[in-house]
Amino acid sequence: MLTVKDLSVMFQTRRGPVDAVRGISFEVSKGEILGIVGESGSGKSVTSYALMRILEAGGVIKAGEAEYSGIDLRRAAERDMRDIRGREISMIFQNPRAALNPIRKVGHQIEDVLRQHARATRYDARAKAIAALEAVKIKDAEARYDAYPFELSGGMCQRIVCAIALACDPRLLIADEPTTGLDITTQKAVMDLVRDLIRERGMSSILITHDLGLAAQYCDRILVMKDGLIVEQGDPVQIFSDPQHPYSRKLVDATPRAGTGVRSLLPASERKPEPQIAVSDTPLVEVRNLVKTYAGKSGPVHAVKDISFTVFKGQCVGLVGESGCGKSTTSEILVRLMDATAGQVLFDGADIAAIPARGFARDPRRAQIQMVFQDATDSLNPRHSARQTIAEPLRRLGGMRGAKLDARIEELATLVGLPLALLSRFPHQLSGGQKARVGIARAVALEPKFLILDEPTAALDVSIQAVVLNLLVDLRAKLGLSYLFVSHDLHVVRLLCDHVIVMKDGQIVEQGATHDVMTHPQNLYTKTLLAAAPKPPERRQIRDFPHSEDTDAQHDPIHDERAS
Amino acid sequence: MLSSHPRLRATLWRVAQSIPVVIGVVVISFLLTRALPGDPAVYFAGVAADAASIEETRVAMGLDKPLPQQFVLYVGDLMRGDLGMSLSSGRSVVDDLANRLPASLELTLTALVLAVVIAVPLGVLAATRPGTWVDHLCRVVVTAGVSLPTFFTGILLIYIFYYLMGIAPSPLGRLDFIYLSPDHVTGFYLIDAALMGDWETWRGAAKQLILPASTLALFTLAPIARMTRAAMLTALSSDFIRTARAAGLSSRTVLYRYAFRNALLPVVTTLGMVFSFALGANVLVEKVFAWPGIGSYAVEALVVSDYAAVQGFVLAMALLFVALNLVIDLLYTAIDPRIGFDAK
Repeated sequence: MLTVKDLSVMFQTRRGPVDAVRGISFEVSKGEILGIVGESGSGKSVTSYALMRILEAGGVIKAGEAEYSGIDLRRAAERDMRDIRGREISMIFQNPRAALNPIRKVGHQIEDVLRQHARATRYDARAKAIAALEAVKIKDAEARYDAYPFELSGGMCQRIVCAIALACDPRLLIADEPTTGLDITTQKAVMDLVRDLIRERGMSSILITHDLGLAAQYCDRILVMKDGLIVEQGDPVQIFSDPQHPYSRKLVDATPRAGTGVRSLLPASERKPEPQIAVSDTPLVEVRNLVKTYAGKSGPVHAVKDISFTVFKGQCVGLVGESGCGKSTTSEILVRLMDATAGQVLFDGADIAAIPARGFARDPRRAQIQMVFQDATDSLNPRHSARQTIAEPLRRLGGMRGAKLDARIEELATLVGLPLALLSRFPHQLSGGQKARVGIARAVALEPKFLILDEPTAALDVSIQAVVLNLLVDLRAKLGLSYLFVSHDLHVVRLLCDHVIVMKDGQIVEQGATHDVMTHPQNLYTKTLLAAAPKPPERRQIRDFPHSEDTDAQHDPIHDERAS
Repeated sequence: MLSSHPRLRATLWRVAQSIPVVIGVVVISFLLTRALPGDPAVYFAGVAADAASIEETRVAMGLDKPLPQQFVLYVGDLMRGDLGMSLSSGRSVVDDLANRLPASLELTLTALVLAVVIAVPLGVLAATRPGTWVDHLCRVVVTAGVSLPTFFTGILLIYIFYYLMGIAPSPLGRLDFIYLSPDHVTGFYLIDAALMGDWETWRGAAKQLILPASTLALFTLAPIARMTRAAMLTALSSDFIRTARAAGLSSRTVLYRYAFRNALLPVVTTLGMVFSFALGANVLVEKVFAWPGIGSYAVEALVVSDYAAVQGFVLAMALLFVALNLVIDLLYTAIDPRIGFDAK
């Protein structure tokens, strides 16, 4: 149905031409769901834009052929392409809320597509748009017709995007990271819906994703891309159980899944023994009956409703839940950036919730509670070099100056595996993993006792996530830290945490030892969450490199050479 | 409909918000004359007044009473539409303003319409074709607009079109003396003449208007064109444009219904700002073209310490700005459905 041969895409940039896709060939047959998997910069999205001929300015198809049902997609006139887009091939995108026109009613946006492709007239457009909304299982479609995107949840917006894409019964659907940024249960709902619709209508599909687990679950066949090339393709089970190419092996390794340890995320050659961490039974942080209520527009919003839990010294506690469950509010109160409405936060036995957040910066315990933020890019000052960023807390709270400061900065950079040469760079000159390291170095600079990690790897590629997670494990052992690890990714929590707390609607629905909660969840919501997480096929036992686990790399448990 | 209710409430709320501002404006315009150096009674009594007539004026104006009582009197006068007498023109300030404000507004609005008609398409074209000649033209026009002072452009235009080419009428006011000014309905000559069906006068007024309006338009065009271009570039690179293109929508729909409507918000903001500074900046244009507008009136009044006139001017302008801001804010709610909910 779709045949791509030696496709190359080039971007004309200020620094000269850049090859984004370098000669790839693949086919999509009727009724097939093809997964294209790769990390950022692999050219997977660019491939799909090239097929749709919606490349951004400066991007051109340099060479190759792309044929869809006998139509030459590369050479077709723009007018013909416009008829193909939406009617024959359509797309759904990541970040659904941004993908919709913010100031146009969603119903009208669907009508625009129907009218464009002459699927509806002025008189029946409304009815057909509502039918399209119903097709993507939107309840109360009549009322939703008049909604604006900002009035809808992320999952609902993605359904609308699907409705737009499917309104004209296309035969090929390209889904570009359709669930990135959505909650895990929403992700499952959206993916199940898309799969069912594709099967129902006998369509073909290309699923573009960075999540190998997701691709394995929903695709018939997978292509692995790296640097604009296809490095491996095949059946998902085969790619998972026996990856041939070193890169796909690395990707499979780095995908967190059931039954693996944090070390096995790394390529076999870089694995070191996992440090033994002793959890003491002295509590470090005790949260008692914590309540947070905001004054909302339509009455008070109960963000956190009377929760209690304990973090012991040396323990890593996972805080899991979907957006709006109150996990971010809880972590902000713990790090003393926000005041609680009621309740206590005992840190080393003293109530720190009683100290107003505004004045906590002057409290001696400020240095002992630190945070690693979710977005490594946004949480760094773009005008501060890595050195200045790490120096900030040392200067302000530690009062360090001169040679002592420099020495400490270099010590910290070594500790988190940031090459010293990169210290003078600014955030935009660093990669995602390097920025994450800078953020971690800043957080541990003052040797805190308690570190709050707010989805520290959510924005990172899986192979870099693997490295950062291992760094966090090593730091915890070496510095004797206690973590509160806030995440929506259950697989990651399973790898890192001793104890897990599941939150929903401001309440703790279940907590306990990670292994118990993950294997024998008691609460229905926990069960739903676990069921919604993508389940990659089990990896076949590693026979190629049996010696790798324990033997090599004893020298420095923390500093791995890879600067991600 | 469900969504119209909160928006209606937000609109009413916004209108209500302007009431305290109006009260503030009245208080300030009242305090202004009291706070200015010198004794208002001396000024209002006139140059030839002796001590007795100054005292008489003081009592007549109520300036011997305590301040709060004076304020009550002042508000009472305002309610009756009495802004006092202008010393320099010898007429009531209300009459002066009624004559001069429409002249300024006619000039400013014509200039703005002209500027929008040129600047918005120019900005849109420049954004859709970056790096082409349209883009460069846009840049040249913007640079010229911001760097040429209005009095210079005005004089240049007079020199070319009146002196050299002789196609423009003499730059002396709103209407050549051979025409009779139309009956005062709105005070806008173009509208009043059209209402009378007197197209001869209409053409005469339009001819007089074209040079000063072009001068002011060139000045106001620059920020509008620049903002349109920037806003369009931002809108065109948004995710929803990609969605619209991937759905096969025609480039017209994508450009106007999707990109332009989203780009409109910053453009409207700029328009409001441009309008307010154009009203202030047209003093120079009015001087160059002997335009009997409110700007030159205020300047003359200030020079001769004609306090009643200054006070009237400040009040009128402040109310105009309040009204303008209200209109801009209401336009926002009309353009962007998200705003009604943030208003509270």
